Amino acid sequence: MRKDDQSSRRRFLSLAGGAAVIGAVPVVTLRPAEATPAMLAAAIRNVVGTAVVKTGKVKLDIPPLVENGNTVPMTVSVASPMTADDHVKSIHVFNEKNPQPNIGNFYLGPHAGRAQISTRIRLADSQKITAIARLSDGSYWSASVDAVVTLAACTEEVI
Amino acid sequence: MTSALINVPAKAKRGDIIEIKTLMSHIMETGYRHLATGEVVPRDIITSFTCRYNGSEIFRADLFPAIAANPFITFFTVATESGKFDFEWIGDKGFSETASASIVVE
Repeated sequence: MRKDDQSSRRRFLSLAGGAAVIGAVPVVTLRPAEATPAMLAAAIRNVVGTAVVKTGKVKLDIPPLVENGNTVPMTVSVASPMTADDHVKSIHVFNEKNPQPNIGNFYLGPHAGRAQISTRIRLADSQKITAIARLSDGSYWSASVDAVVTLAACTEEVI
Repeated sequence: MTSALINVPAKAKRGDIIEIKTLMSHIMETGYRHLATGEVVPRDIITSFTCRYNGSEIFRADLFPAIAANPFITFFTVATESGKFDFEWIGDKGFSETASASIVVE
């Protein structure tokens, strides 16, 4: 008798778990207007052209757990001496799942002294954010960070 | 209008790297939100921000709907000479605002 109880509870739990998984899938697929990884790749291609983007040099600071996607502090810094010969020309930030893949383009020069910018961004979903820096020698460097978003931005209704 | 907040050190030593913080009050409507009736709220964002130091451009940014409301942007520059920073924000629906701050370099 006791054994039966346990097995039925176990069965119930596994069914409930399965239902939760099935329920979770449409939530993701029903989200309107979402940038796809292909759009992200196209947006990056628009900026870098055919150049190879290497990983490193760039540091992207975003809280890993975001409570409110409407305003997420973000800092991008690049390891660079910022001299006339060797400096960061621009920093481009992209996302995977907002309706649009671009977040911002920031143009600096050797007079910046330090290759670092901060701003506040919107995130419509838990996703990967990528920052790409263009250096004065024409090379591109990138960093990516995953952020989990509890309250999504952008697509909610206005009352 | 006092819709801009600028933070630039009043004084700096020549060659110092200084941080400039700017905030512009703006709704930054994404153009992806809907009214209860189903109508799309038209996009209304700041698309461009520029900072000039004694007339020459030292920082520029292209903004997208993914920038949060009241765009807050900070960046750095080297204090080379006393003078003025001019800031300019340009956006949809003819939005255009300017602000300035002065610095004394010793």
